[in-house]
Amino acid sequence: MSTQTTSPAERTALLPVIPPNVARATATAGGVLTAASAFLAWTWTSAFPGDLTISGYPGGLQVLTLVAGVLTALFGLASYGVRGTRWLAPAGANGPVLLLALGALGTTWYTLLAISAELGGLANWEPGAWFAAIASVLAVVGALGLPFDEKAAASLGAPAPGATPLQQAWHTVRLALAPRPLRAAKRVPAYQEILIIVGILGLGLLVFTYGIGTAYGELFVGFLILAAFGVAAASKAGLLARASEITSRYRGVTMAGAFVAAALFPFTQTDDQYATVGVNILIFATVALGLNIVVGLAGLLDLGYVAFLGVGAYAAALVSGATASSIGVHFPFWAAVLTGAVASMVFGVAIGAPTLRLRGDYLAIVTLGFGEIFRIAVNNMDGKSGPDVTNGSNGIPNIPDVNIFGLDLGATHDIGGFTLGRFANYYLLMLLITAIVVLVFSRSGDSRIGRAWVAIREDETAALAMGINGFKVKLIAFALGASLAGLAGTVQAHVQYTVVPDPYQFAGPVPPNSAFLLAAVVLGGMGTISGPLLGAALLYLIPYKLQFMQDYQLLLFGVALVVLMRLRPEGMIASRRQKLEFHEDDEELLGPDPVAATGTEDSVGLSKAGA
Amino acid sequence: MATDTKTTGDAAPAAKGTTLLEARGVTMRFGGLTAVNNVDLTVSSGEIVGLIGPNGAGKTTFFNCLTGLYIPTEGQVTYKGTVLPPKPFKVTAAGIARTFQNIRLFSNMTVLENVLVGRHTRTKEGLWSAILRGPGFHRAEAVSREKAMELLDFVGLADKAEHLSRNLPYGEQRKLEIARALASEPGLLLLDEPTAGMNPQETRATEELVFAIRDRGIAVLVIEHDMRFIFNLCDRVSVLVQGQKLVEGTSQVVQSDERVIAAYLGTPFEGEPGEAEAAEVEAAEAGAKEEGK
Repeated sequence: MSTQTTSPAERTALLPVIPPNVARATATAGGVLTAASAFLAWTWTSAFPGDLTISGYPGGLQVLTLVAGVLTALFGLASYGVRGTRWLAPAGANGPVLLLALGALGTTWYTLLAISAELGGLANWEPGAWFAAIASVLAVVGALGLPFDEKAAASLGAPAPGATPLQQAWHTVRLALAPRPLRAAKRVPAYQEILIIVGILGLGLLVFTYGIGTAYGELFVGFLILAAFGVAAASKAGLLARASEITSRYRGVTMAGAFVAAALFPFTQTDDQYATVGVNILIFATVALGLNIVVGLAGLLDLGYVAFLGVGAYAAALVSGATASSIGVHFPFWAAVLTGAVASMVFGVAIGAPTLRLRGDYLAIVTLGFGEIFRIAVNNMDGKSGPDVTNGSNGIPNIPDVNIFGLDLGATHDIGGFTLGRFANYYLLMLLITAIVVLVFSRSGDSRIGRAWVAIREDETAALAMGINGFKVKLIAFALGASLAGLAGTVQAHVQYTVVPDPYQFAGPVPPNSAFLLAAVVLGGMGTISGPLLGAALLYLIPYKLQFMQDYQLLLFGVALVVLMRLRPEGMIASRRQKLEFHEDDEELLGPDPVAATGTEDSVGLSKAGA
Repeated sequence: MATDTKTTGDAAPAAKGTTLLEARGVTMRFGGLTAVNNVDLTVSSGEIVGLIGPNGAGKTTFFNCLTGLYIPTEGQVTYKGTVLPPKPFKVTAAGIARTFQNIRLFSNMTVLENVLVGRHTRTKEGLWSAILRGPGFHRAEAVSREKAMELLDFVGLADKAEHLSRNLPYGEQRKLEIARALASEPGLLLLDEPTAGMNPQETRATEELVFAIRDRGIAVLVIEHDMRFIFNLCDRVSVLVQGQKLVEGTSQVVQSDERVIAAYLGTPFEGEPGEAEAAEVEAAEAGAKEEGK
């Protein structure tokens, strides 16, 4: 009887002084006012990017504030139970209101502080800016007064007896955000569910296109803040669980839809600037997905994986008919792709056969070594220190553009009134490769061989005793991962016009390199499809958009990794297994049956629409 | 008699007398330490054989020699007349499955997936088949799933098929390990302390399970410390002491063998107190107890 039995009821809100109905009204009104503030002038000069001087028209970062304010208000209405908004929050609206209000506060105050920092002082705030600042604070204060959800609080329980003040505070925060068990979904006809999937994918494409198209660093930071809080809110509201419920019911439709959405991306662009980013993200993401087979499924830590991308790229460059190529052949693209994949596979087997007898850390070190050997060997095969194969550090320049069945990917094409430039063409080609890799990953992962990989990862001795030929199965994973990277490498060689040895290193400022690939897999979520795609997209975009933090990039990157591993060790997108593995205690929060609620492997839809 | 059983026993409880496993002169040395020394053991079909011995007697090492995890320094093991290959997965393919003393499930896989992994040797679908997904792939997966569910039903875990195996209670993890081993369709099942850590009811249930496995036509070789379990269950018991086989026979033979008792409880030393002294001590203890009250 010594344990406190009253704890969950002790505090009913983060700011219990405000009566709940006042808090609710304040939060909703705060959201409306924040949204309204976006229509006012925030500063007097257009020197701040995005032109925030015009009344009656939200520009630049104000759009983000507008969106955040509207969402806060909508979820505020949902917390009142207003008809037509209740579907927004099947797992309770109070937590999402708080998160969205924080998101509005974040973007708004980030903008305002950026104005005063860049233009020199608060004097640059117009009355509209003050209005926005106060409105967004108001929304947060109101949201803090919202009562905890009783059901959620009951399932979370009291803080452990003897918890430090910090732990107790953390527990209170968790209470405020705890979702309640999902309301049972109302089944709607199949065509409506498919329409919902289309809507989700469209939203994903919209968000991604907006993010990739952010013209200046400030806008991208604001976008990241809002996106982070928005996704957190959607997750707490139960919308993500609901979405994955529906998408897992129509896996095929979702997959196909996601690729259609991704293929639509170049058509939303007016020039080739962001298609370049898109194709680079796709290459990075595809290689990360290949690595996910090796690391995420089979549990083989490969620190030299980028070498296989390099082998593919060099193989394609050598048979591309480039003048600098030491082999004077010009293969058609399909043959070049096969050559790249096979060359990578051969390298994978050659490196894997001796090293895969090692376990764990030893394997990591040896692969790290082989990764570097590749780069140095390629550097040395210049005809002076070795045979003339790769042209040394000069690499192979002037790789001709791909020509598929008479279609020159280097030229600009008009399709239905849309102009597709060179990089848009390559984007679509790369998307095809990504589709192949996704298909290979999902199919091999859910099969006899995929189960054998996971079994090896879990307990190699037991796997051997269950009749799995460990060496062979690991070698298959290694070779498959290598050939998928080689596949991506063949496109990369053509996209970049030239291949040089230096990018294929262990760590460097520009992805893809082995460290970034591994980080994309771990940050995104090991063993999932959408995880590495999302992780790669973020890891590419963040350094690309935020040039000003280039010097601190690796530092910030390390900090982000540490924070994420502390708070969400399964990565941004958890596989079904890992969700159970790391969050056993929260299982009941996911709904009556965690497995049924979260559906199969993972929710492919959301992130892939973009990546 | 022998011929008699051979002709009748071609149904589930297989003919007793056909030798399944034959270990001859198995010796395992680790450096200077001889863990298993010149041990012979045969297991015939339809039999439940027990392997007992004090801690450190080399029982698990002997198991590892049988299943290819260790390659015996000397001696050889044959299964159905062929010498076993020195690779664990080939041993499993040949028809010997095992469980582990310290449970070794694939803890982050679901219960069903664990059993499906057990079917690895009995299925052939490789990478290409998995990627291309022809009709053969779907058929094989369906068959595997059906058989796995049947086994889960057999051990009583069918309703937990989608749970993570690490979340199962201890006793059920042991059952799952047995189901996983059975999934490889073995002719001989090696159980390494299947009731360790179980309460009496669970031990009884395991006993029933082992009998049921025998009735499926699978011979069982079991290591166990629970003597009641062993003597209820086994047709034959083999005692291993300090790496050497001490005695082998029926429960009665082993139970009454003085050397076995000595191995477990120690031998009386010279000048051991006689019965008179023992009675004296007992009386004194009884008196002390009375006083204590």
